[in-house]
Parts: sequence; C-alpha cells; structure tokens
Amino acid sequence: MKRKTLSLISASIMALAGPGLAGEAVKVGMITTLSGGGAGLGIDVRDGFMLALEQAGDSGIEVVIEDDQRKPELAVQLADRMIQSDKVDVLTGIIWSNLAMAVVPAATAQGKFYLSPNAGPSALAGKGCNENYFNVAWQNDNLHEAAGAYANSAGFKNSFILAPNYPAGKDALAGYKRFFEGDLAGELYTKLGQTDYAAEIAQIRASGADSVFFFLPGGMGISFLKQYSGSGIDLPVVGPAFSFDQGILQAVGEAALGVKNTSQWNKDIDNPTNAAFVETFQAKYGRLPSLYASQGFDTANLLISAVKAADVHDADAFRAALKAADFNSTRGDFAFGPNNHPIQDIYVREVIKEGDVFTNKIIATSLKQHSDAYAAECKM
Amino acid sequence: MSLILLAEQVLNGLQFGVMLFLMAAGLTLIFGVMGLINLAHGSLYMIGAFAAAGVAAATGSFLLALAASLAAAAIVGGVIELVVIRRLYQRDHLDQVLATFALILVLSEATRWAFGSFPLYLNIPPALSGSVRLPGGIEYSLYRLSLIGIGLLIALALFWLISKTRIGMRIRAGENDREMIAALGVDISKLYTVIFALGAALAGLSGALVGAIQSVQVGMGEPVLILAFVVIVIGGIGSIKGALIGAVLVGLTDTLGRVLLPPFFATFMEKSAATTVGSSLSSMLIYILMAAVLIFRPSGLYGRA
Repeated sequence: MKRKTLSLISASIMALAGPGLAGEAVKVGMITTLSGGGAGLGIDVRDGFMLALEQAGDSGIEVVIEDDQRKPELAVQLADRMIQSDKVDVLTGIIWSNLAMAVVPAATAQGKFYLSPNAGPSALAGKGCNENYFNVAWQNDNLHEAAGAYANSAGFKNSFILAPNYPAGKDALAGYKRFFEGDLAGELYTKLGQTDYAAEIAQIRASGADSVFFFLPGGMGISFLKQYSGSGIDLPVVGPAFSFDQGILQAVGEAALGVKNTSQWNKDIDNPTNAAFVETFQAKYGRLPSLYASQGFDTANLLISAVKAADVHDADAFRAALKAADFNSTRGDFAFGPNNHPIQDIYVREVIKEGDVFTNKIIATSLKQHSDAYAAECKM
Repeated sequence: MSLILLAEQVLNGLQFGVMLFLMAAGLTLIFGVMGLINLAHGSLYMIGAFAAAGVAAATGSFLLALAASLAAAAIVGGVIELVVIRRLYQRDHLDQVLATFALILVLSEATRWAFGSFPLYLNIPPALSGSVRLPGGIEYSLYRLSLIGIGLLIALALFWLISKTRIGMRIRAGENDREMIAALGVDISKLYTVIFALGAALAGLSGALVGAIQSVQVGMGEPVLILAFVVIVIGGIGSIKGALIGAVLVGLTDTLGRVLLPPFFATFMEKSAATTVGSSLSSMLIYILMAAVLIFRPSGLYGRA
C-alpha cells in the first residue's frame, strides 16, 4: 500500500515535471526496518534519506520503500522482487549486518549498486568487498576502535569489556582491543537480546577494573545503563554511539549523563551542511536527528551527486561518480578508501542535557582520517 | 569467586525468577483452565509497561503507574478474550497459535502507532533507589529486593485465591472438568474472561515492574514469553505451584550459569575461548534443564500425568 502510494506520488511528480526531464528516472529500492523493536533506526535512515531528496528538488530519483521487519529471509525476498519486478538500479537502507550479509552479495553479483547507510560487516570490507558496494556509514569495528583509542588517552589501564554473543559483538570487542593498550579486568559475552544485567554488573564490581567498555545496541544498552547507574558503581563507562543515539537517550535519562561515547557524526559538527541538516530535520519531523538520520541523509546526497554526474546504466561511469564522493557531507570531509568504505574522523562525545532534552556534545577527536583494518584484504 | 558475590548472584537469580513467575502464572492458568495457548501474553506484558511509562510521565507517580499497568493490561486482556480468544476454545492448538500470533502483530503495531517507535522512559521511584546492606555484608539494590518481596506476596495471594475462595474453587473445578461445572450452572464464559483478565493483569504488572530497570519498547514481551513457556513446561502445565518452582529454578539456573560457567571453562581452557564457550553454553542451560526435567517427568514437576 505504502509502496504503491509512494510510487504513485513519485510518478505524478515525474509527470508534472514534464518533458524538461532528460532520460528515465533512477530507481532506488530501500529495504529497511520500519516495524518491531528496531524500527527507530530504520525510520531515522528513511527520514534522513527522504529529506535529502526533498531538498534536492527534482533529482530524477524514484524510491520504493519496503519494511524488512528485521528478518533476513524477508529482506532477501524484498531485494529479489525489487530487482526483478521493480527493476531498481540501486539498493540501500539495510540497518543490520546479518540482513546486509543476506542481501548485498547477491545484489552486487547481479550488477546492482548497493549503498549502505548503516551496516558495515567486516566480511564485506575485506575479502568479500565488491566494486558496486559502497558503505556510507562506517565499517563495524570503527567506533569501537575509536573507543579503545579514547580509553588510552583517558589513562584507563584496566578495562572490563562486554558485548552480545553474535558476530557484531565479537567485532566490537576485537575493535576495542585492537587499539586499547591496557589490560582487561574481564571480558564477557552476554546473550543477544538480554535485558537483565545484574549478574554482569556484580562481576564488574568485583573485578577491580578502572573502566567499562560496552557495546549493547538498542534496548540492551538502555537496560544496562539504567541498572549500572542504579548499582552505585562509579567507574567511567565508554561505548560506541549506538547506545547513546538521539532515539534512545531520552529513555535512558539521567543514567547516561556524562558518559563518553564515540561517533563519526554529531549535531554540533561545525559545517554549513550539518547545521542546515539538523535545522531542517528538526523542523520537518519535530525531533532531533540521530546519527542514523545523518547517515541516511549522506547516502541520499551521495546518490544525488552520482546521478547528476553519470548515467546509472553506464555502470563504470556511475561507479566512478560514486567513488568520487563529490557531495557535501554532514560530517565535513568524506572520502572512500580503496574498499569503498569511508575514511573519516571519529569523535568522542559526552552525553549532556540541553533544556529538557538529553543529547551529545563533541569533546575530542579520537581518530583522524580513520580507515579500517580490512582494507588491505580487499582486492577489486 | 567470593561468597558475597555468589550470594548476590543467588539474589539476582531469585529476583529474575520471581518476575518470570508473574508472567508464567497467568500463562499456566489460561492454559490449564481453558486449554488455550496464548502467544499474545507477552504483548500484555508490553502493554503494562507502556501504560506505566505513560502514566508515570504524566503524573510522576510510580504507584499510579503500577495501578495503570494492572488496569490497562486487564482491560485489554478482557477485551481480546471477548472479541477473539472466546472463539478459539473449541479450535485446535494450531488455530490458537495462529490467531494469538496475529494478536502479537496487531498489538505491537497498535502500541507503536500510539507511542511512537522510540523506547520510552520509565525509572524506579526515588524511594526505592540505591542499595541496602543485608546481613553478611551484601550490598543489594533496594528496588530488586522489593521486586522479590512483591513477587512473593503476589504468589501468596494467588495461592490463597485458588485454594480458599469461591472463584478459586471454580478455577480448580474448571481445570478438572469444564463440562461438568458448566452443567452445574456456573457461568463458564464469565469465569474464562475473569481468569484471562487476571492473567493479563499479572503480566502487565510484571512488565511495569521490570520496565523500570529495563527498556520500555515494542517487542519487549516476546523474549520473556519464551522463558515463561519454558517455566510452565518445567513446572507442569496448569499448576501455580509448579510455575513458582519452575520460575525460580529457571531464574537461578540462568543467572548462575552465566556467572559460573565462563570461569569454570577458564580453569582448563584459554581465556577468551572459555568466555565464548561458557556464554554460549549458559544461554542453552535453561533449555537443557527443561529437557532433563521432561525426561524424568514428562508432564513437568507438578503436572498431572
């Protein structure tokens, strides 16, 4: 239904635009999570993406949006349908690494372009890289590596680290350990989706650690932070931005105040694109953008820049246009490395309260012009 | 591992178990009395948490929030019993699973439509924050201690309700022979609605109590629902006593497994491998427990053969 309405709207826009438009529209298939527990992320990516298209005016891009319900098998079906019956040229939108692993290799093998607005599994950055796969967000390890680098500069010597027991959780701890030079007071894998951390917090208390690093995205992070702050332990906590994004900070409340987290984006990065993005996003949707929204916005602007520069049916020219990354990013400088993953600065943010709203402020740059650990393995 | 840490973990396991009991009690009553598999029980847990978060944000009172969670879950439970569930008693289990699964989707999307896609804020009341020193020098969270107390109180109240009151007598009679008590002139459909609403209210209350230290979001009920099913299978379907024992067993097994298994494997394995193996095995532990119980007692600890 939604899909029909959207294509109807875009069709009528196309019709109104009249003969001034050269060639046919570029069709984009967006598969993202719009229902269930993880819907906040997909909605932010979609809203950021659509905001950029709207601001670009008539960009000759037609978008088909579908909800993957966070299910890999459904994402695969949607991708097949978009490629075969909607005849999309470009796919985008997937939030979760396991869904990306199910969809991306098959799509790029069929010669379609895939622009990732969020997931960056290591398998697609190293040996499994593809010339038609562009990651506009980060490689999964990046923010954790930055957290490790920050822990060194903060003088932490003995960290307790924990993450859920699944591939992205293992990447997270590996990323932190790659940069952290101190010792580990403890290393724990929790159950994916676990919401009670009393047992883990008791172990942290008993471990003699001087700091805690955790990667617990979404609801897991909310639960952990609330329980941690209620436990009376006052060790400093550091983590990637995923547990501190704009969508969930309000649910954590006071418990998150002062916590340091790492991110490639924040609303106070000082450049005109970002300032305009934050202002227009808030005006249109009535909430502050999250990093996911910024990633959706950047993905759309990258696409628009490539569509302006080259014809999508000339794959080599279009690929070169994407690779040039000739667009104004909300992050300021943005370039692709040899494996089509970003080379970018990663910041340390602190959770603060502005009026009634909990949000983040940049306090330092953790890693400058950072690439990823897998680029050397990529041959294309 | 020190004795104090171990004692604290036992308390954590007990608290987890007692909250599971609130979920499992309703589930086991509904299954035992009406023969209905209710997958939507987790949605009632979610509705309780959302109602509490909404009322707490509007009034600032945790007690009102708890009352709202009871009321909202009971009302929603009563309405879905009247509109949907009632048509399922005579159908086979597959139809019941399909229909109540549909209810999960409907209730989740309705909640998302009403409250938005982002998690809500619900915190513990200031009076219960902080920790207390227990005999033996254990520092323990006052809120979690209160959860154990509330859970045990509710368990006592349920036992009293089932064994000493008229409605409890009818529930027990309904479990034994539905046709007979209908023949004796008891309004069986009213009884079913009451039981369903009671189970729903307990699920809603546990959602609100647990939501205060976890995350109030769409889909929060389904993981708990699976555990609650494990609990009632272990305890024996239809038995409140079984649900209590099963819940505490599952809570303790899960918590102590998570804490003790990784160091146990570390005594003869390399450390990071031990962490991985230990945490993988600990997440399977309650299912292993369930399988073990079923081998020796196929109808659960307190189920009727």
